[in-house]
Amino acid sequence: MNYSMVLYILGQILKFESAFLMLPALVGLLYREREGVPFLLVAVLCLLFGLFLTRKRPASSTLYTREGFVTVALSWIIMSIFGAIPFVLSGDIPSYVDALFETISGFTTTGASILTDVEALSHASLFWRSFTHWIGGMGVFVFIMAILPLMGGSTMNLMKAESPGPSVSKLVPHVKDTAKILYGIYIAITLCEVLLLCAFGMPLFDSLTTSFGTTGTGGFGIKNDSIAGYSPALQIIVTVFMILSGVNYTFYFCLLSRRIKDAFRIEEVRWYFCIILVSAGVIAYNTSSLYPTTSETVRHAFFQVGSIITTTGYATTDFNLWPPMSQTILVILMFIGACAGSTGGGMKVSRLVILFKTIRKELSLIIHPREIRKIRMDGHVVEHATLRSTNVFLVIYFVILLISTLLVSVDEFDFTTNFTAVASMLNNIGPGLNLVGPTQNFSIFSVFSKFVLMFDMLAGRLELFPLMILLMPSTWRKK
Amino acid sequence: MDIIIVGCGKVGHTLVEQLSNEDHNIVVIDEKPEKVQNITDRLDAMGIVGNGINHKTLLEAGIATADLLIAVTGDDEKNLLCCVIAKKTGHCHTIARVRNPIYNGESAFLKKEFGLAMIINPELTAANEISRVFQFPSAIRVDSFAKGHVELLHFKVSDNSPLIHLKLLNLHQTFHSNVLVCTVIRGNDVIIPNGDFEFHAGDTVAIASERHNALDFFRKIGIVKNRVGNAILAGGGKVAFYLAKILIKSGIRVTIIEVDPARCDTLSELLPEATIICGDATDQDLLSEEGLEQAQGFAALTGLDEENILLSLYANDVSNAKTVTKINRSSFNSVINELNLGSIIYPRVITADYILKYVRSMSNSMNSNVETLYKLAGGKAEALEFIIKDNSAVAGIPLQDLHFRKNTLICCIYRNGRVILPGGQDMMLAGDSVLVVLSGYRISDIKEILED
Repeated sequence: MNYSMVLYILGQILKFESAFLMLPALVGLLYREREGVPFLLVAVLCLLFGLFLTRKRPASSTLYTREGFVTVALSWIIMSIFGAIPFVLSGDIPSYVDALFETISGFTTTGASILTDVEALSHASLFWRSFTHWIGGMGVFVFIMAILPLMGGSTMNLMKAESPGPSVSKLVPHVKDTAKILYGIYIAITLCEVLLLCAFGMPLFDSLTTSFGTTGTGGFGIKNDSIAGYSPALQIIVTVFMILSGVNYTFYFCLLSRRIKDAFRIEEVRWYFCIILVSAGVIAYNTSSLYPTTSETVRHAFFQVGSIITTTGYATTDFNLWPPMSQTILVILMFIGACAGSTGGGMKVSRLVILFKTIRKELSLIIHPREIRKIRMDGHVVEHATLRSTNVFLVIYFVILLISTLLVSVDEFDFTTNFTAVASMLNNIGPGLNLVGPTQNFSIFSVFSKFVLMFDMLAGRLELFPLMILLMPSTWRKK
Repeated sequence: MDIIIVGCGKVGHTLVEQLSNEDHNIVVIDEKPEKVQNITDRLDAMGIVGNGINHKTLLEAGIATADLLIAVTGDDEKNLLCCVIAKKTGHCHTIARVRNPIYNGESAFLKKEFGLAMIINPELTAANEISRVFQFPSAIRVDSFAKGHVELLHFKVSDNSPLIHLKLLNLHQTFHSNVLVCTVIRGNDVIIPNGDFEFHAGDTVAIASERHNALDFFRKIGIVKNRVGNAILAGGGKVAFYLAKILIKSGIRVTIIEVDPARCDTLSELLPEATIICGDATDQDLLSEEGLEQAQGFAALTGLDEENILLSLYANDVSNAKTVTKINRSSFNSVINELNLGSIIYPRVITADYILKYVRSMSNSMNSNVETLYKLAGGKAEALEFIIKDNSAVAGIPLQDLHFRKNTLICCIYRNGRVILPGGQDMMLAGDSVLVVLSGYRISDIKEILED
């Protein structure tokens, strides 16, 4: 294992985090808040650590798959550890464990909070909470690759570890250009939302933080009632952008390069929209008696479906009060998640499509035992390695889900609370059902459970494998 | 530039390695997913799994906007077809690897009819390179420039050489030879030496000179090897065939040892003047029987690198022959360089250099083109040849008044059949062929050697 290179990259990460931390410090300055100062201090701290770790370029800059996975997992942990300090120093979140939970929840775009009163927070802290969503959404390594001329071909191993989806492909030949295109689209979508929200009467600060939460599919709101307090028009804008953020970015790249036919031929995107339409339709029908007008029912149905399937976690209504069928649909959507190659979490639509195709293949094999059938996505044959890792992903996923539920159950809450809390963490959504529903928060859990949930959030965001690699003893063994 | 490379074999891999380093956008196509995966994992290129002669696959790779397509699959006909389809679909230049000897005299025809920019034949190029070393056995490597009029000759400083501890500025008055030391490879580093430079044992030195001056110099420093009169080639593959043809033409007696009887038959039909021996080249008795001890030239050209290395080591041990070793793979270079192998030929690298030269010229604005390019010391330095154009920024100014970048040396100017080893007063004129060596940066135009 190339330890010196791993440390070097961790140093680079800290330097970037220092730059990110300057933004909330600036916000603090604008609002003349004392709470901006801790951000500045931690920014300097990160910079010092970063400079120390990057003082010398290591002799060998090669990163193999193992180093890639380890680096990414460690980076996310380190970023969260440092990112949590300002919350404690500013007094907004006195307990460090809670602050860490909040920060990991931010970076992993989960959006689950331990705060009972969000509105009491300083502007600087509110901004940082939402901004972590934005950074974590597209990924910090993708950002670094777009800017730093890092180390040539082997950076692909970093991108592979950070980007969601069963198989990661580049949009254009160079990693750097791919990263630039991804962030270009990301920034464009974010700006569009900010402008639209402002145009429809949301204050600038609110629209910035809301947009960060939407396009990063995070879900931290700056109001206690999430998005429910804003006008219907604003809710509709947020709905649209949530759903857009859950689309595979290859779709936008195809649109940009005028391959419109190709864009709409992406199977995953078609399924994604189908699932949204069908589930929103059923929920609207199922909940029609709860709301006075049809338009309100449809609005709430679409908002909640978009919020859950893209794993954002905003809410406009308390779906704890919905009938069981609608709640079940929402729980299923939690697991499905957004498209691969988007900012969303969950199992990803493309994995499910592959899994269903595998089931069909196996069934067909019983009828025609000698049949040779290849599984295809978008007309291309899916490699055996991809199929295998998709299957393994599913198994690890459920193992983590069950073990975490068991561990969290020591707190003696009811099953729905525990199960949906873990599912919501692992899929990076935010709210669950019952005691962790959209109007509640996660402060009820014990410290132990919080650590379990933090692990689940990171595992979910990094798609299980990087974190599991950290737990393998042979990763660290010196040969 | 947008470049598509079809075929991810050894040459394909080397090309991606070098071209992606030079900031080109590379898409590779291969039918084998694991080969594509291997390249995209390690190098900064995009991979597509598919057949390069499939129109749809080419479109997916972006043939419509690509600037260059290089077809280097193992199959000549596939390469040609791929280039034709690419040409008809997009506006790109095309390069095909064609190595079957039956196409040998027809490359001009193929180029014209199929609209190819270039046909590369690694085996033929390698054979040419080996034959140059046989012509000039004192050097371990001979790079030729200006259509063969100027040569960069590489030799190793042996343990008892009179050069050891000699300063470069004293070289001329000690030996009275008209040669210019261009580069020195020491360990893993390349040095472009100045006057204070001191030679060590084990250095690999490259000099630019005319033939007779170089011969004179080599005699004075005690490296004397006469022109090879007979040669044994171990292995009867394509390189051996091309090499035998060239050597026979220049009057060298050739013995080829090949193990496959059918191949021996073919070789015997194609090369009536050569002695074809059907037998295992790793058989010591057979080698002695064929007179290895008396041989003046020996080339190890079998398909196995390990076998070639052993054969050359053995030949160096028992005979005085000039030995050449063909090595296909690029792993373990550092170990191989330590061995006493004589000259080493990497067909893969030669091909890649050749294509690189073309790409550099293409990415340039017609002002002055790279005529020849050789990479030295595994790519740490480069030797390039340019032809100076009328309006070039470097033309007509004495060299001492030009501000060159660091680690740059004008080795040689070739003007109207005359080789000039330039001093400060000399200048480059329009129409000259100029040989430059440099390290630490890359150029595609002669004017880039000047400080900004």
